[in-house]
Amino acid sequence: MSTLTTTPTAPTLLRLATAGSVDDGKSTLVGRLLHDSKSVLADQLAAVERVSRAKGLGHVDLALLTDGLRAEREQGITIDVAYRYFATPTRTFILADCPGHVQYTRNTVTGSSTADVLVLLVDVRTGVLEQTRRHLAVAALLRVPSVVVAVNKVDLVDYAEAPYAAVAAELAGVAAELGIATVHTLPVCALSGDNVVTRSGRTPWYDGPSLLELLEAVPGASEPTDGFRFPVQLTLRPQEAARDPRHVEYRGYAGRVSAGSVRVGDEVVVLPEGVRTRVAGIDLAGRELEAASAGQSVSLRLADPVDAARGELISSVADAPAPVTEVDAMVCWLAERPLAPGARVLLKHGTRTVQARVGELLAGLDLDRMAPVELERLALNDIGRVRIRLAAPILAEDYTVSRRGGSFLLVDPQTQGTLAAGMIRGHTVFGNDFEPAAGWEI
Amino acid sequence: MRATPVNHLEILEAEAVHIIREAVAELERPVLLFSGGKDSVVLLHLAGKAFWPGPVPFPLLHVDTGHNFPEVLAFRDELVGRLGLRLLVARVQDYIDDGRLLERPDGTRNPLQTQPLLDAIADHRFDAVFGGGRRDEEKARAKERVISLRDEFGQWNPRNQRPELWDLYNPRHRPGEHVRVFPLSNWTELDVWRYIAAEGIELPGLYYAHDREVFDRDGMWLAVGPYSAPREGESARTLRVRYRTVGDMSCTGAVASSAADVDAVLAEVAATRITERGATRADDRLTEAAMEDRKKEGYF
Repeated sequence: MSTLTTTPTAPTLLRLATAGSVDDGKSTLVGRLLHDSKSVLADQLAAVERVSRAKGLGHVDLALLTDGLRAEREQGITIDVAYRYFATPTRTFILADCPGHVQYTRNTVTGSSTADVLVLLVDVRTGVLEQTRRHLAVAALLRVPSVVVAVNKVDLVDYAEAPYAAVAAELAGVAAELGIATVHTLPVCALSGDNVVTRSGRTPWYDGPSLLELLEAVPGASEPTDGFRFPVQLTLRPQEAARDPRHVEYRGYAGRVSAGSVRVGDEVVVLPEGVRTRVAGIDLAGRELEAASAGQSVSLRLADPVDAARGELISSVADAPAPVTEVDAMVCWLAERPLAPGARVLLKHGTRTVQARVGELLAGLDLDRMAPVELERLALNDIGRVRIRLAAPILAEDYTVSRRGGSFLLVDPQTQGTLAAGMIRGHTVFGNDFEPAAGWEI
Repeated sequence: MRATPVNHLEILEAEAVHIIREAVAELERPVLLFSGGKDSVVLLHLAGKAFWPGPVPFPLLHVDTGHNFPEVLAFRDELVGRLGLRLLVARVQDYIDDGRLLERPDGTRNPLQTQPLLDAIADHRFDAVFGGGRRDEEKARAKERVISLRDEFGQWNPRNQRPELWDLYNPRHRPGEHVRVFPLSNWTELDVWRYIAAEGIELPGLYYAHDREVFDRDGMWLAVGPYSAPREGESARTLRVRYRTVGDMSCTGAVASSAADVDAVLAEVAATRITERGATRADDRLTEAAMEDRKKEGYF
């Protein structure tokens, strides 16, 4: 029986993604964050010291802590998103470390898709670069709830306030253009650790929190709390195979609550059929719950013998999404092979996979200007707006309202590889003249 | 109104259960790699939760080096019997006996597990292979996907991995390929122990402090037993030890410890200054990229 009870002192979980341009010191910052939060153990540090000495460096290169693969160490580059873990007494952190230069869009989009916070690095001497704008644009497009910009290398401007203040003002301007509500900026020196874990005495003009203090305080995941959504993964119907004879008649629907919450007795609707029933019970592996909320994996028992299969959605009634057979979406193209006009693909939305045909490319998105641009075709790392027709309905929601309800993958039915990440822009078939909340009109 | 917040262990559990269910729903022939080690025991516990009140709907596969701790084999068989599961065993010893594999000069058998593993996957046409690997274990694992594609030779290609977005997993693959599924990807060693404590999960006794005859080799305490014995210049002594990982007896080191129950182990893990593999796995010390190389060939 589970004893994983929520207490006020139990640490919460925060997912963050880091991004930056080449040479802005991102690996050093991540290394510093791990090191100064005591998440680096003695043998890992000894290995880094050994390699630093072998390379003839005068200091311990903390960036080496995050270089994973042999090819990366040999070439001094980062190939792919790497995941790191550290913890403080109040929070545990999952950090997706996204390389800046190789396939930046693919990697930043991937890292940002699960992030509660994007931590972006900017060199105080160079300020906002094209790549900084792109990273912020991706954060805005992917709706990362919080953005923190660490303005790095303040030691190289003698810890002076003016250069930092100029960069911070520039960042605030770009964020406003992109429709990002809040960007936290702070001055850091990753190499020496100023304002990374502890506040620095060398920046007396900055009276805000250190980076780690900030990360401990920002709000976590933010799926909408009204509007219960439960994509069915599996039907649990053990019959004679039940581990306990009392459960031979058991019929439950297994899944993870993607948004909102539900209580025993609530009225729900099974979509796309539209059959209404009530929640008779919520089970977490033998433990009966009174309620379940976003993020929890449970199984639901329904009051009526409804036949809900994988791919169907159990939803609250009042605000249930309408089934659609066409979507208007922003897609990030992630495959080497460009999008062919009229391509037949598979679309995975929640637990539902349907055949689909990608229609016209309405526009490309220029990340530098955050403006529409004419594109002949979508190639690797391109972002564009397309219409997709579906062979069977999905329960689409607007991505700006719900990241889980509005996201999908396109899958190649031949190679089975992932082609694109998609974000739904409102409904196009059943009306709901939806306009996105902030400036993505292209 | 905000939804009830859930703590980080509950989130890790919910994420793992979600991943296990996705792989089983989308693929045909799943199998769970089970060694009796703590990560595979936790994984099996989570699979039990994912399909409750039904049974775990797939068999277990143990790639047996032949150098096991006897108490771990006993634990494995007892647990499998109690849960009524099917256990398949692929034996490195069989491969050595008929000449398909050669014993290494250093006697270590962990690297020899790859071929029996890949053969078992091919013979049984398994397409979803669950493993207890965690990204915090090792730097090559830090870059691996939760659902990780293997080509028809079982190889991992770190430079061409599928992007993994939101919580939408794509476990699809072409005939002959398979995926490895790592539901514990985002767990740390400390998370695993916290979960073991919170859920009251039973483990083989050697995870807790006990007296054992050991000898020092390259700064690691190896057990005196049928597969490893002190060489000249190494001397055996009895120490109070426990194991942080369980594997091939000839290359898995014990740590000096008096942590005799789960709370004491938790306190010790929280305070430790050495990584789990750094403390206990001779095979990972072979080269800087030992795990990366083995993974590319199809290792766990």
